Amino acid sequence: MAYDYEKSIRPGKLPHIWCPGCGHGIVMKGLIRAMDTCELDRKNTAIVSGIGCASRLPGYLDACTLHTAHGRAAAFATGVKMAKPEMNVICCGGDGDGTAIGGNHFIHACRRNIDMTYVLMNNYIYGMTGGQFSPCTPTGDLASTTPYGNPDPIFDISKLAIGAGATFVARTTAAHPREIDKLIVKGIQHKGMAIIEVIDDCPTTYGRRNKFRSVIDMMKRLKAEAVPVKAAAKMTAEQLEGKFLTGVLFEDTEKPEYTAQYADVIKKAQGA
Amino acid sequence: MAKKVALLQGNEACAQGAVYAGAKFFGGYPITPSTEVAEVLSIELPKVGGKFIQMEDEIAAMASVIGASLTGSKSITATSGPGVSLKQELIGYACIAEVPCVIINVMRGGPSTGMPTGPGQSDVMQAMWGTHGDHAAIALVPDSCQEIFTETVRAFNLAEKYRMPVQVLFDEIVGHMRERIEFPEPGELEVIDREAPSVSPADYKPYDSTKGQIPPLADFGSEYKYHVTGLNKADDGFPTTKASLVDAEERRQIDKVMDNIADIESSEEYLTEDAEVVIWAYGSTSRSARYAVNELRKEGVKAGMFRPITLWPFPAKRTAELAEQAKAIVVAEMNLGQMVLEVERVAKGNCVVVHEGRVDGDPINPGQIMDKVKEVL
Repeated sequence: MAYDYEKSIRPGKLPHIWCPGCGHGIVMKGLIRAMDTCELDRKNTAIVSGIGCASRLPGYLDACTLHTAHGRAAAFATGVKMAKPEMNVICCGGDGDGTAIGGNHFIHACRRNIDMTYVLMNNYIYGMTGGQFSPCTPTGDLASTTPYGNPDPIFDISKLAIGAGATFVARTTAAHPREIDKLIVKGIQHKGMAIIEVIDDCPTTYGRRNKFRSVIDMMKRLKAEAVPVKAAAKMTAEQLEGKFLTGVLFEDTEKPEYTAQYADVIKKAQGA
Repeated sequence: MAKKVALLQGNEACAQGAVYAGAKFFGGYPITPSTEVAEVLSIELPKVGGKFIQMEDEIAAMASVIGASLTGSKSITATSGPGVSLKQELIGYACIAEVPCVIINVMRGGPSTGMPTGPGQSDVMQAMWGTHGDHAAIALVPDSCQEIFTETVRAFNLAEKYRMPVQVLFDEIVGHMRERIEFPEPGELEVIDREAPSVSPADYKPYDSTKGQIPPLADFGSEYKYHVTGLNKADDGFPTTKASLVDAEERRQIDKVMDNIADIESSEEYLTEDAEVVIWAYGSTSRSARYAVNELRKEGVKAGMFRPITLWPFPAKRTAELAEQAKAIVVAEMNLGQMVLEVERVAKGNCVVVHEGRVDGDPINPGQIMDKVKEVL
């Protein structure tokens, strides 16, 4: 029997804005399955995003949805979670939104270890504005603003999240749909800041410029470059050249969660 | 029973006013000369089960305030001019998404870093126009510590009632001045909470204005699920580019303020009944203006003072009446000519309008105002 996504989608909001071949829809379906698995009460769930193609995701889902300003999702979400810690808070957005204009909010949300799940769709590009390079566009690649090849080094988002203090960091790709919801489930169940980086594809503004002849080629690339953490343990540095790790990359269950810490502040202030 | 009294700084009075109004969330970022507002709220809010968070930057502070407000918490931030410059992006968001919140601006000089420990009144046009796009603004300008308390309460009331950001601007002089404060008893000052929806969750539209200009706002985490965006949207909260809907929503968001000026406006007049010259001043400058009026009266000059407490929406009607009555209006403000432009606009040439400004970090003193009055008469 086909999975019932319909009950999670707001009536009349489809079709979505994403191009044919874009991976964001795969991620959205993974998120829906994960929310179903965790039995999240949608009334008590805030889905918060910034600006960009990926940030349009919340609008399609039946929940408390907050489409904010460019880069600001984590900061808005922090306000929601602090004010109402009993709410489930999920952020979603793209690489440019989350790590360029929103980079400061991203690292500080990680540092605080506030209980939310951030699904970051990394498609290496600013898609909505027509394909300008992002902090995740590979060096040397072509974008509408790197006509001679991208001179910038990249951010490794998962490493950035671990370094900044997030306590659950996982990565997968749009070519691994079953792993997407499994990792989001773990992220939701984790008490603290969970970052789920999904390496995604943008055939329209990134693939076209960078010699990917089809969406299939892009998906093949994702499958070829993704190496599960366990498999990587048996591989040499040479073999891992040009690959990225997938699966649960980091987990820390000891670091205190931020709203729990603040609950202690309230107790102290009230003389308990 | 005698009222509770205290000797408080303006900034401290602001924080106490916020607690009185029922504030449950503060998101901020340290900036001189406003830090005492944050410091006092970091002590007081957890006592009443509220939340205080120091965010990573001014923009994040504003974002957290909007997010918290959507869950139903009365929310506030405090900053100074440079912080408001950064917050402008999300002040616009709060305007279009119609999220109640209070922004305190303890004004220093500028532009840029300016004089962080000196007073200024040069953010008053920013308070109206400081974000891109057409929008309405409400800004209050108290001139004493007691009034900072009451105007902070009123700012929350207006924010909740009109579903929008409200700014309270006071200059560093009032912010750091200490005065005796009488704490109002609970219930003594009106405290307004936002209107909750009465329709069923299935029928709820967050921008449905068929029953009034200000649609009721549901809390995130209640029975109501809805969408909030910074895009132009239809009454259901979802983005639209349909011309008629965009136009109607933009106009409603301005009309909800401009049609209710009588409810929002507030001002004080001092000896204006027979005034031939009106000193138009606000914030700490009005304290010098009041002194100047007294001295000028002793010298036989029929001087008076008009002091806006609500600065935006601009008190156009009363200012225009005074322009018809008086020979001259002297606008005294710690900037090089901001509100004087509005006074000139509504005076329509019916009287002389002159400006007395100062931006050297010292307050405008009474003698300076008196000299200007004598010069113009």
